Amino acid sequence: MSAITREEVAHLARLSRLALADEELDHFAAQLDQIVGAVARVAEVATADIPPSSHALPLTNVFRPDVVAPSLTPEQALSGAPAVEDDRFRVPRILGEEA
Amino acid sequence: MSELIRKTASELGSLIASGEVSAVEVTQAHLDRIAAVDDRVHAFLHVGAESALAQAAAVDARRAAGEELGPLAGVPIAHKDVFTTTDMPTTAGSKILEGWRPPYDATVTRRLREAGLVILGKTNLDEFAMGSSTENSAYGPTHNPWDLTRIPGGSSGGASASVAAYEAPLSTGTDTGGSIRQPAAVTGIVGMKPTYGGSSRYGLIAFASSLDTPGPFARNVLDAALLHEAFSGHDPMDSTSIDQPVPSVVEAARQADVAGLTVGVVKEFGGDGYQPGVLARFQEAVELLESLGAKVVEVSCPSFTYALPAYYLIAPSECSSNLARFDAMRYGLRVGDDGTRSAEEVMALTRAAGFGPEVKRRIMLGTYALSSGYYDAYYGSAQKVRTLISRDFEAAFQHVDVLISPTTPTTAFPIGERADDPMAMYLADLCTIPSNLAGNAALSVPCGLADEDGLPVGLQIMAPVLGDDRCYRVGAAVERAFEARWGGPLLSKAPAL
Repeated sequence: MSAITREEVAHLARLSRLALADEELDHFAAQLDQIVGAVARVAEVATADIPPSSHALPLTNVFRPDVVAPSLTPEQALSGAPAVEDDRFRVPRILGEEA
Repeated sequence: MSELIRKTASELGSLIASGEVSAVEVTQAHLDRIAAVDDRVHAFLHVGAESALAQAAAVDARRAAGEELGPLAGVPIAHKDVFTTTDMPTTAGSKILEGWRPPYDATVTRRLREAGLVILGKTNLDEFAMGSSTENSAYGPTHNPWDLTRIPGGSSGGASASVAAYEAPLSTGTDTGGSIRQPAAVTGIVGMKPTYGGSSRYGLIAFASSLDTPGPFARNVLDAALLHEAFSGHDPMDSTSIDQPVPSVVEAARQADVAGLTVGVVKEFGGDGYQPGVLARFQEAVELLESLGAKVVEVSCPSFTYALPAYYLIAPSECSSNLARFDAMRYGLRVGDDGTRSAEEVMALTRAAGFGPEVKRRIMLGTYALSSGYYDAYYGSAQKVRTLISRDFEAAFQHVDVLISPTTPTTAFPIGERADDPMAMYLADLCTIPSNLAGNAALSVPCGLADEDGLPVGLQIMAPVLGDDRCYRVGAAVERAFEARWGGPLLSKAPAL
């Protein structure tokens, strides 16, 4: 039985903001199914008494003093933007239009 | 061909310091080499000849003015194209960043400049450092200088090939699951993954933030240590940077002895799936260490067999989140913005056009592993395996000073062989991944050529967290003994390009 179906890959692609073509969905479904089947092995040893590690080394949050420091100019920050208007990032519409 | 390109970085540093050659001459010799061979090797995505010569001239001027400069001042270096550079494009091997000029330098870039290293250009890599062959680069694969039909390893394959092809004496890399050690092993050079947090991630385009570690490539252990020292150390711009002194790696590389050390052979890394020539060279390295005065014992690390599946859940999960930043809004590619489409549609079209297949696979795999309903079984279990692997390392380092294994199960495979078989490709990182999950230091040094194909084999030396110096001490001892046996560096056996 497949762990990952074509429909599931289509859903993952939507969540991942990837506009995939139909043939890509077929190709990825077979590959992701194989990969997920192989990596599921981790559950064999992951018993309830083992604490999870999100990082290799112990971490504490790091703060810097809350003072103004040199940073990018608007020109630098916008230098790689696909579209710019009035010193701002120009983006496609973000709200749905009512029909 | 100029003899300068055959010199080690430390030799070049001394020659430049004493005034026997200028940094400009050294830089020009390497630019000439790149011009002569890189159409076949394809190690570089961008060569900055003019800026390199200008940097070299600046070093020569400072020297002439009597300034005291560091040991690598004027020495050329190839820089992996995943570090931001203000004076060169930064693509991460992806179409989504084609032509991008970052507005700031990575900390590693800045420290290379401060050390007076001359950046020749940016090297090829698997897209966003995801891969083991550089075949996932959107700009075409890099070729292994030992055999141009084979892969140079990955993801830092341009970095390894540039050093193995004498286009640069040094290069930078990043290691998330083996992306420095595996390319070093299959091209017959030295590659080091420092302790996680020992080198800064600021300005390193993120793949998997809890694993990504910048590190050095070189043609010998001392050069790798000199570069390690030049760009490592605490960085307030990276919240996971370790605020402790860099281990004394250069001193350790000069010490180069193993007398009195206990070396553990990882029992789980060998047998089925390993190329006979790799196992034979590894066995020789074990015997060599014994002959040099090390005590060698076998150590079992049972959880290491679960490292590969755990990695292929953790790394894609982190990547699916990190790569959300490529949204077609602030920088990089934008596709389909015709005035009628929404931001979300433009985003999805851009990402579909700008990312290659492996990146798409990993983003979706990570999205799956983090999904409600699957999280505990996949990502949660993988995090528990991560704990088990750290415990195996801790238990082992109670009894041994370093652990060793082959760096990779096989030598360099032919380009194309595993390109559309992700699981086969992932096996290249079998032995390197545990040190990424546990964050400890690990080095790969050449240990000979496999009998069946005449290609390089790497020996992996793993040390505890912040025990980077031990890797260099043992690596340098092995290198010295092997080179005495071989009559020179392994790389001198590579066919001429």
